[in-house]
Amino acid sequence: MNLQLTSTQTNSSQRLVLYFQVHQPARLNKINFFSIGSHPEYFDHALNAEIVQRVATDCYLPANRLLLQLIEKHPEIKVCFSISGVALAQFEHYVPEVLRSFQELANTGNVEFLSETNHHSLASLISADEFQIQVFEHAENIYRHFGVRPSVFRNTELIYSNTIGTQVAQMGFKGMITDGVDRVLEGRSPFQLYQHPDNAAFKLLLRNNSLSDDIAFRYRQGNTTLSAERYVNWLNHIPDSEPVVILGMDYETLGEHHKQATGIFDFLTSMLTRVVNDKKFTLSTPAEVIDHVTSGQALSIEQPISWADERKDLSAWLGNDMQRDAFDMVKSLENPVKRTANTSLIAAWRALQTSDHFYYMCTKKLNDGDVHAYFSHYPSPYEAFINYMNVMSDFVIRVKSASAQADLTEAVKQNEYERQHPQVPVWAERQSAEIRQELFVSH
Amino acid sequence: MFGWEFPPQISGGLGTACYGLTRALVQENIDVLFVVPKLMGNEPDNGSRLVSASHIGIRQIISTDTADQHFTRFKHFTREGCFTTLEVPSTLSAYNMVHLQEPVYTLEHWNHSITVAEPVQERQSFTTHSETGSLYDFKGGYGPQLIEEVFRYAQVASEIAITEEFDVIHAHDWMTYPAAIAAKRLSGKPMIVHVHATEFDRAGKQGSEMVYTIEREGLDEADRIVAVSQWTKQILMERYGIASDKIEVVHNGVIAEERTSSDIKQMLGSHVVTFLGRITYQKGPEYFVEAAAKVLTLFPEVHFVMAGSGDFLPQIIEKVARMKLSSRFHFTGFLKRDEIDQVLAATSVYVMPSVSEPFGITPLEAVQRNVPIIISNQSGVSEVMHHALKVDFWDTDALSQAICSVLRYGSLSRELKRNAGKAIDLITWEKAAQRLNTLYYELATNIHPN
Repeated sequence: MNLQLTSTQTNSSQRLVLYFQVHQPARLNKINFFSIGSHPEYFDHALNAEIVQRVATDCYLPANRLLLQLIEKHPEIKVCFSISGVALAQFEHYVPEVLRSFQELANTGNVEFLSETNHHSLASLISADEFQIQVFEHAENIYRHFGVRPSVFRNTELIYSNTIGTQVAQMGFKGMITDGVDRVLEGRSPFQLYQHPDNAAFKLLLRNNSLSDDIAFRYRQGNTTLSAERYVNWLNHIPDSEPVVILGMDYETLGEHHKQATGIFDFLTSMLTRVVNDKKFTLSTPAEVIDHVTSGQALSIEQPISWADERKDLSAWLGNDMQRDAFDMVKSLENPVKRTANTSLIAAWRALQTSDHFYYMCTKKLNDGDVHAYFSHYPSPYEAFINYMNVMSDFVIRVKSASAQADLTEAVKQNEYERQHPQVPVWAERQSAEIRQELFVSH
Repeated sequence: MFGWEFPPQISGGLGTACYGLTRALVQENIDVLFVVPKLMGNEPDNGSRLVSASHIGIRQIISTDTADQHFTRFKHFTREGCFTTLEVPSTLSAYNMVHLQEPVYTLEHWNHSITVAEPVQERQSFTTHSETGSLYDFKGGYGPQLIEEVFRYAQVASEIAITEEFDVIHAHDWMTYPAAIAAKRLSGKPMIVHVHATEFDRAGKQGSEMVYTIEREGLDEADRIVAVSQWTKQILMERYGIASDKIEVVHNGVIAEERTSSDIKQMLGSHVVTFLGRITYQKGPEYFVEAAAKVLTLFPEVHFVMAGSGDFLPQIIEKVARMKLSSRFHFTGFLKRDEIDQVLAATSVYVMPSVSEPFGITPLEAVQRNVPIIISNQSGVSEVMHHALKVDFWDTDALSQAICSVLRYGSLSRELKRNAGKAIDLITWEKAAQRLNTLYYELATNIHPN
């Protein structure tokens, strides 16, 4: 797992990481309660195509073009992407030019791709086996498209705990990005490189949520927008003794959440140019940070954290009864689905683990509820739950009939085996032994 | 404030609304003088002054040959001072106001003590004469004497307009609009009409021309209009041609009640779907039946309760029989309060498929009894209660799917109950009273925000 990157030497030892998350879920069709059992198509390909094409026009294509230009002009600029497998598949099917533009960015050598679960799933909460399968699936996907093998991992929605860290380290990654949540830092600096409590070689890079959200959520407040000058000024006030600043946000922040007319692209240009010119920070990728920054303390995180909502825990996906019910259902199918050995069923099961399905079911109100509503195509969390459960109910029927089929196949194989390897009955065996013995005695 | 109903003599949501609203207004330090047609003597004390129209002498009485004439004269009403003798209308049955003659069906309500309309009586004279004028013995309610009483009530209003001090006139629904107009003409004070329901909601396109005309008159004459929902505002704009900026939406509140626990009694089995309300066109009972038929194809053990009565009841029973669903349907007729509680305790999901519901307090009462609700998009309550499943009233596919989902997915039912139970605490009369207080202030000081 080695990524080839051009290293640009500057005097600064402070590093700034710009990490963009690229993801589009495979949204579900509206599944009628009465069609449960008739095995309708689960995924709304038309809607997914429409959305990914729109976001490509507003965000992916112009943002990639801009980054490419900026990198050509300032080779100091480095960024990192985590592109979910679901998004990659949609690019491949609906907007291959997006895939090509990411490949062009990859070819600059200034871009690092992170590893994640292929389906942007909650697999890390299902089982270690399943988690690993999905991570490797994604790594293969990244290699196929970009010719690189990721060495740093980011879990869905930056979900992280010590246990997850241990599993990821065992998969061969050298570090992981998660969120610099105040309650786990307990007053310690968010600008340090931390390490796993049981494995000093496994590093933790903490996203600075305040500086990241200044762009992602607070770039535009009322009619005023954040100026790059002001923002870089904030960055420049971070003491020189703090080694690493990680800004992480949805890539869709550029042009989608904040439309082009808000000046978000100019902000990015101006911000990056200023950072380069001010020479306070070296723009780096996560792998470079791990290679060059010395980690200090261990950071122990018992309860899972994430980057979502105010609570930054799992409550955005598993916070209410409906979400837990739905998740338990998909989780409980692991063995039955795998036993069918039916690849299309297994693929569908994985696609049903995408975190977005559960996010749509969130009933939290106030600020968080608004964010959830913004990202949802359902009229309410209840409709999201009903639709998901209708799909799952149908899916369970498919799994049952497939496993009956599989059991049947198994039975046929068993019969054939027994026919070819006739078993000698115990009495017959004994008899023949006695006969042998008699023969021996008689000799 | 003019209102046709006040507890305990209420037949619909109107009386409950008047009570909740005046109580909250008094807490806002508003002096409320509330005029009802008739006081029963056991009204709850909510701090406002209650006046019975039956105890206000009328010094000027218009002879009424026909209600139309009555109305025309009313429009040119001026105070002519002294007492005149009177002629009394005998009956209104000559006028083709079918729905008004069926008040028992159309305006009775399922969940409170019911004012049963009295049989049509020939009334030949006013009851008593006093020094201050003649006293008219109002019956209240919605009997065949309704139109007559509406105009008598307006005469009482003009007396009150002269004798009482007030800053703003506030009238609830069409029965009190003539009264408000009379009071406004005499006092010059600003007037608010508060629309809890329109004739369009009550009767669809077959509404009474006269009621519609009275509504128009009141809406036009009003300085500001309060609608109980966006849905009602939309109807006022589209059907009555009222300008948007004249209408303020003030959602109703709900009087807080201890939520009862959900000890579901296995009265009819584990799956009970309930329709509670008047069985009339407006409430969409036939959509309930059609959705039920679809649900039964998947859940043959579900029971459907239709609690309430109304002019559609016979045809609904026939429809159920024709669809061979009678073994799954239970028609309870009118229920008393404690009987309703029993039904709700056994209910898995409450359904309100109303065709046009200005607000709709009953689903919130179901929420208070810890029952998940499905409501139509064509209702005011859907604007304030987000923790409900919402469907278009005509979409029986969507309705049946919503019912099946609540029955099948336990966590959905639990989350709906829990979140709705929390959200209901935010739907208060205090909020409504604060909005009205601001409105009163604007009108009394002649400020118009536009």
